[in-house]
Amino acid sequence: MSAVSQTESVLAADRDTLRVLFCGSVDDGKSTLIGRVLYETGCVFEDQLDVLERDSKSFGTTGGLDFSLLVDGLEAEREQKITIDVAYRYFSTDERHFIIVDSPGHHQYTRNMATGASRADVAVMLIDARKGVLEQTRRHAFIASLFGVSEIILAVNKMDLVDYDAATFFEIEADFARLGKELGIERFQAVPLSALDGANVVAPAPEKTPWYQGPALMDLLKTIEVQDRPVEAAFRFLVQWVNRPHLDFRGVSGMVVSGAVAVGDEVMVQPGDTRAKIARIVTQSGDLERAEAGDCPTLVFDREIDASRGDVIAHVETAPALADQFEAHILWMDEEPMFPGRPYVLKTGARSTKATVTDLKYRINVNTFEQQASKTLELNDIAVCTLSFDLAVPFDPYAEIKETGSFILIDRFTNRTVGVGLIKFALRRATNVHWQSLDVDKTTRAKQKDQKPLVLWFTGLSGSGKSTIANIVEKKLLARGRHTYLLDGDNVRHGLNRDLGFTDADRVENIRRVVEVSRLMVDAGLIVLCSFISPFKSERRMARELLGDGEFLEVFVDTPLEVCEARDVKGLYKKARAGQIANFTGISSPFERPEAPEIHLIGNGDDPEAEANKILDYLDSRA
Amino acid sequence: MARPLSAHLKELEAESIYIFREIAAEFEKPVMLYSIGKDSAVLLHVALKAFYPSKLPFPLLHVDTTWKFREMIAFRDRLPEKLGVELLVHTNQEGLAQGINPFSAGSGRHTDIMKTEALKQALDKYQFDAAIGGARRDEERSRAKERVFSFRTATHQWDPKGQRPELWRLYNGRLETGQSIRAFPLSDWTETDIWDYIAAEDIDLVPLYFAKERPVVERHGQLLMVDDDRMPLEPGEKPMMKSVRFRTLGCYPLTAAMESEADTLDKVLAEMRGSRMSERQGRLIDHDQSASMERKKREGYF
Ligand SMILES: Nc1nc2c(ncn2[C@@H]2O[C@H](COP(=O)(O)OP(=O)(O)O)[C@@H](O)[C@H]2O)c(=O)[nH]1
Repeated sequence: MSAVSQTESVLAADRDTLRVLFCGSVDDGKSTLIGRVLYETGCVFEDQLDVLERDSKSFGTTGGLDFSLLVDGLEAEREQKITIDVAYRYFSTDERHFIIVDSPGHHQYTRNMATGASRADVAVMLIDARKGVLEQTRRHAFIASLFGVSEIILAVNKMDLVDYDAATFFEIEADFARLGKELGIERFQAVPLSALDGANVVAPAPEKTPWYQGPALMDLLKTIEVQDRPVEAAFRFLVQWVNRPHLDFRGVSGMVVSGAVAVGDEVMVQPGDTRAKIARIVTQSGDLERAEAGDCPTLVFDREIDASRGDVIAHVETAPALADQFEAHILWMDEEPMFPGRPYVLKTGARSTKATVTDLKYRINVNTFEQQASKTLELNDIAVCTLSFDLAVPFDPYAEIKETGSFILIDRFTNRTVGVGLIKFALRRATNVHWQSLDVDKTTRAKQKDQKPLVLWFTGLSGSGKSTIANIVEKKLLARGRHTYLLDGDNVRHGLNRDLGFTDADRVENIRRVVEVSRLMVDAGLIVLCSFISPFKSERRMARELLGDGEFLEVFVDTPLEVCEARDVKGLYKKARAGQIANFTGISSPFERPEAPEIHLIGNGDDPEAEANKILDYLDSRA
Repeated sequence: MARPLSAHLKELEAESIYIFREIAAEFEKPVMLYSIGKDSAVLLHVALKAFYPSKLPFPLLHVDTTWKFREMIAFRDRLPEKLGVELLVHTNQEGLAQGINPFSAGSGRHTDIMKTEALKQALDKYQFDAAIGGARRDEERSRAKERVFSFRTATHQWDPKGQRPELWRLYNGRLETGQSIRAFPLSDWTETDIWDYIAAEDIDLVPLYFAKERPVVERHGQLLMVDDDRMPLEPGEKPMMKSVRFRTLGCYPLTAAMESEADTLDKVLAEMRGSRMSERQGRLIDHDQSASMERKKREGYF
């Protein structure tokens, strides 16, 4: 809905933009409230009003104009009468431009509210006057405070249904104040209103709420001061793109996300500590003397320096710290759970790298704020975790500078955005533990044994014949004078991994440890045979990446489930079918087939001798 | 004469510039969809700023239905030389050979074949992985939920469930095989912002946006311009000269004109401030049902 302002364009020049997040539970009246705000501020066009009148007759629930119909969007949602995603509306008044971020309060949708909160200046939290402060309110307040929404307005709606009772309102206000204290919310303002009859929405309603002297919701929004403006913070410039039209011009294009910079300033490019002075601040409309938070210029330095996408430019004195291990809040956003130990792609600012959650310290119950132990994170869970990045990156705590303190996590297979993080602080461990440098190394050890160390990784269902084949291969290698070691799933679980079960999280950890052990053995110069079901692509890929080039050979023993089940050597399938074993691969837990194994065995494991020979042939062909 | 940008427009511009650069950096083969209208004009203007002093790191693509106003095509063809941009033009040749046109095929089928299908053909032909468009969230109710990066399947379908959350300015541009995106750098702009920006930056527009005597006929209560002699006149219809302008531009038989005397930008802006109609009014395609855009989007119409 486009705003058509009745203002003179002179006034228009000075209006700022306020991003307002509306959150409420289903049926609190959020759509009605937003619709009324748009209607009463004159931001609904006549043709849209015609549609509204028509729609009110066919879908409406209120008798007259049903304002909620102005804002509900997707067809399917409209039929179900719920809002299921984040939607944006735009309108202006003489005082300000507004972006309304409409985020639903349904309990599955924590992630949508977080999306809205990530850039909101103000959060308007709806409360049904009849119901008061509920669990949902606690959740909304928690997310708003975690994501650093600095201003909070409590819209106590449906006051008409409690006869505009002052005591009800003040009780809710007091309840919320107590909640705010738990979360460190310093200030908020409460407004008693009715989205349905319009009281205290745009116009004050002294006749209905004579006991309330504060402003109507809209007056509050028009005048509220946003305390947290990034211009005063330290200077941070995110390099997005190297701008090099010809040999005589080299600059970096990006955004000043906080603070300000001027020509002549001495700056530092991070990571690394290359220093230079700002020679020019280039824009198409002419060079600037100074750029500040929100500007997107191209910086040119006084000397040729190496700066590339993802780098952060800062003043030398106030440059951000570098670190590769962090404690952070993580909000999980995907159906597929998060497992510590599994690597994800991480994007922070304009840089992408890899990261792993090294420890899930605790999950936070967003309703009670309790800390709970957990091994995985499910959709909409929020937790405090430690992470390890593949690269040391410049960062700031989220509470100080949002842009350099936030990141998203991306699944390496589906490429979906699966989680988001807010950095609390850096853990210095990585820089303190130095690698011991050793005189005898992998090459010398391998030479002594006259072999090329590597890992043969057997993957396949239980009963596919992995272990039998691996055994024969090891014997044959030994007979040829090779130095080997066989790591077998069952055996490892009696010792090294005795503490792990078969949940997805434990399977990931199981494989991670095995990979680390194999890596040490490869370093010792051995040929390692690993026989593990290893059902997940991610972990096999992790193994491949942790080992050196050409040191990881995937052997897929591709025996179909029917065959394995018919064979059922250990009687496990029968038990699994009977429901006596949980999370059994192939039955109640998935097996993700390898896409491009080096060796693919499709003989059902019927002739292990022949399969073993195929593997030896393959090794010979590589030698 | 250009005027200084208000803080609000500066903020919108910066946000769009940021998005443009993310697209250029994260995708292998982006393209900018150029429709010749006012939103495209702003989109292009901002793009040029984003990469200055470099040239645009991607070409422009115009999907030509062969039914655009002649003045639009003339304006388009001057661009490459005027702004130093690369312009690709694609027409659905099969549709053309079948003689698809807005009159015999009807507006829905014409748009489907000559615009939606044609766009998919072009994206496949050049293997673009990101198509940048000028759509805004304020245009239509169902657009209000559109992401800045909108993911499409290999068959260009928009999947309401497969969209990625967008927090802060962290756009995830990683694609699965065959996947592509439509990207909307002007998501947060409103129609008023577009006009204010055009005025402030003195952006050149197709003259059809300004009132002039033009030959029109009145049909179903709307004024249609007779841009060339391919337009079949209904019995009793006679083109008459009226001072009209357009709020939105598309295929001339599908775009209604409005009577107006506003022949300068300032007059258009003044007229707009008094207007109580949304801009899609002029697009005949929207008149069936309020949720029709939603369906169109799922089918791959922009
Ligand atoms: N009596 C009364 N009913 C309201 C008020 N605000 C909303 N409602 C009704 O509450 C129901 C849910 O409203 P809606 O705006 O769809 O809620 P949403 O799910 O939060 O978007 C509808 O039937 C509204 O008419 C109010 O202030 N007073």
